Amino acid sequence: MSRMSKVPVRAFAAFTVVAVVAAACGSSSKSSNGGSSGATVKVGFFGALTGPNSPQLGINIANGVQLAIDQYNAKGKSPKVQYVPYDSQGDPSLAPAQANKVVSDGTVAVVGPAFSGESKAVDPIFEQAGVVSVTPSATNATLQTNGWKFWHRIVATDDFQGPAEVKWLTKKLGAKKVGVIDDKSDYGKGLADTVRQGLSSAGVQVVSDSIDPKGSDFSSTVNNMHSANVDGIMYGGYYADLTRLMQQLRSAGVNAPIVSDDGAADNKLLAPPEDKETNVYATCACLIATADPAASAFVTAYKAQFNNAEPGTYSTEGYDAANVILDAIGHGNSTAKAINTYIGAPSFSFKGLSKTITFDSKGEVPGGAVDIYQGKGGVLVLLGEVDKLVP
Amino acid sequence: MRHLLTQFWSSTVDGLTVGAIYGLIALGYTLVYGVLKLINFAHSEIFMIGTFAALFTLHALDVTHQQTGVTLIGVLLLVVLASMAASSSAAVILERLAYRPLRRRGASRLAALISAIGASFFLQELFAERYGRDIRTFPRVMPNTTLFSIGDGVVTSEKALVFVSALAMMVILDLFVTRTRLGRGIRATAQDPETAVLMGVNIDRVVRVTFLLGGAMAGVAAALFSVRLKSTQYNVGFILGVKAFTAAVLGGIGNLRGALLGGLVIGLAENYGASVWGSQWKDVISFVFLVLVLMFRPTGLLGESLSRSKA
Repeated sequence: MSRMSKVPVRAFAAFTVVAVVAAACGSSSKSSNGGSSGATVKVGFFGALTGPNSPQLGINIANGVQLAIDQYNAKGKSPKVQYVPYDSQGDPSLAPAQANKVVSDGTVAVVGPAFSGESKAVDPIFEQAGVVSVTPSATNATLQTNGWKFWHRIVATDDFQGPAEVKWLTKKLGAKKVGVIDDKSDYGKGLADTVRQGLSSAGVQVVSDSIDPKGSDFSSTVNNMHSANVDGIMYGGYYADLTRLMQQLRSAGVNAPIVSDDGAADNKLLAPPEDKETNVYATCACLIATADPAASAFVTAYKAQFNNAEPGTYSTEGYDAANVILDAIGHGNSTAKAINTYIGAPSFSFKGLSKTITFDSKGEVPGGAVDIYQGKGGVLVLLGEVDKLVP
Repeated sequence: MRHLLTQFWSSTVDGLTVGAIYGLIALGYTLVYGVLKLINFAHSEIFMIGTFAALFTLHALDVTHQQTGVTLIGVLLLVVLASMAASSSAAVILERLAYRPLRRRGASRLAALISAIGASFFLQELFAERYGRDIRTFPRVMPNTTLFSIGDGVVTSEKALVFVSALAMMVILDLFVTRTRLGRGIRATAQDPETAVLMGVNIDRVVRVTFLLGGAMAGVAAALFSVRLKSTQYNVGFILGVKAFTAAVLGGIGNLRGALLGGLVIGLAENYGASVWGSQWKDVISFVFLVLVLMFRPTGLLGESLSRSKA
């Protein structure tokens, strides 16, 4: 009896010690977002540095951010900026842990979160801790409705991308029965739903389906498309899944044109055996730098720093987002609040590579140009702006 | 329901094809469980390693477009052999490093399970770091000729190859386990390891051969998967592994024929269910099916275990 009563007491004592230590740790991290530690300011990248979509939709952007920071530091201004990468794998279930790390590290601003799903999960954390976030690529339209003060976005939302895809499918490709497939993610499904609504309003028949991007066999979806005899397909999701879905669709004889989105707007979409594919289009509210002569200095600098790798989707936007933050820091703002006030001011205007950036009261850049690319010879070729090509 | 009828034959054909791959991978799970009572969670990565071996073989042979005739058979054989070699060696090394030390020390089955999960993550990340996380695609090796059609189901050469190969490998494995001395040793160890030792069975060798065979089956599945789906990635084993393990349990864990049957049943159930309720319910349907079968027949469809296979 006496032995049993010792255990609960010891356990209780241990628990109390742990609780006190945890409370002490917790409270000390809240005060560390005030500003720079010493003479460096931490600016981070938040997105998929590992994981299946990371090479083209995470590392590309992170490189743009790193390049911008290195160029800034080379100017010799003070305080210096330290680049801190945070790998969320683009996964909304893994992102919150990284977001907490951002807060405890004292990072004042992040470029990101890169994906919409993880944005939904971690932007509340950033908002509560007062960390500035400028996303170059999370396009889900509902993100702006949350009333976040520290959140900013520099690309057009899916509210613009969705209708652009509908326009392309109905007016340019003349499809009457469209299969709309999504990957069940916040981003893919959100965009696909916008397209479904747009198509129905345009009087086009819609055949809905979805795939699990973690799986490899999409035969039930393929059979559905085949038996429904669709003359157009829209896919909401990322390039790694679309390239497999495309291969299976074409193998089964489904040759309808496929229109997809910025998650698929990457040359890896057309890796062999899909390199001969020309009946695929991707919209993007982004500028793929290698397709624009005005961005050639950026391309050269990028290649020089990253082992001859070419900038990819959203590299330009990542670069621009970082430079927005760096502009604020260069003007003497080194705390998260000061940076946020500076870039949120109506008079703030920054000429980036992709566009001139100024934020409205919701944190968005007004205007919404969407470009469209087509597969040709194993790469994506820029056709132009959707609104200009299909009036 | 309308969809089920209009897509019945295509669902059947595709269900059997994907089910054959599930079945081949399930053979690995069921063998190891039958002998060691261990769920080898790293088996999905053994499969993934096989797909990478197939990728590298095709690159080494410089295959960039379709082959026909004798060259095709040659290429396919080489790919299958390379995958089998890679997967079985990986399986044997895995056993040596992750499980045997625990067996030696008489560790609990929980420890072995944790080791298996750890090995699974380790192998995934190893390949991701070494070969990149991006999807790797294969050139088309086999021409996709239509052999015949049933209703709206099209049986192509690819699908036929997968199904027939899976069936053939299962038959060969079954013969090995029931007719050879080593196979008898496997069955004896599955029935009663201590008595088997007394009867002169070399347990270490039996375990090694079990892993080798399971790995070889996964290698064949990997080669077929590569030829048919033409892509791989460091995490390709995950979902397949879960479904294959489900198939093994469904058919009766420890039962070889059950593993293949379970695989086919899951493949069919998935596709039929998807045609009725939509593809988003695919996985739900497989697992609900599993639960129902286990409720009414807890030992699985074929029930019998490895030790009681007829000789």
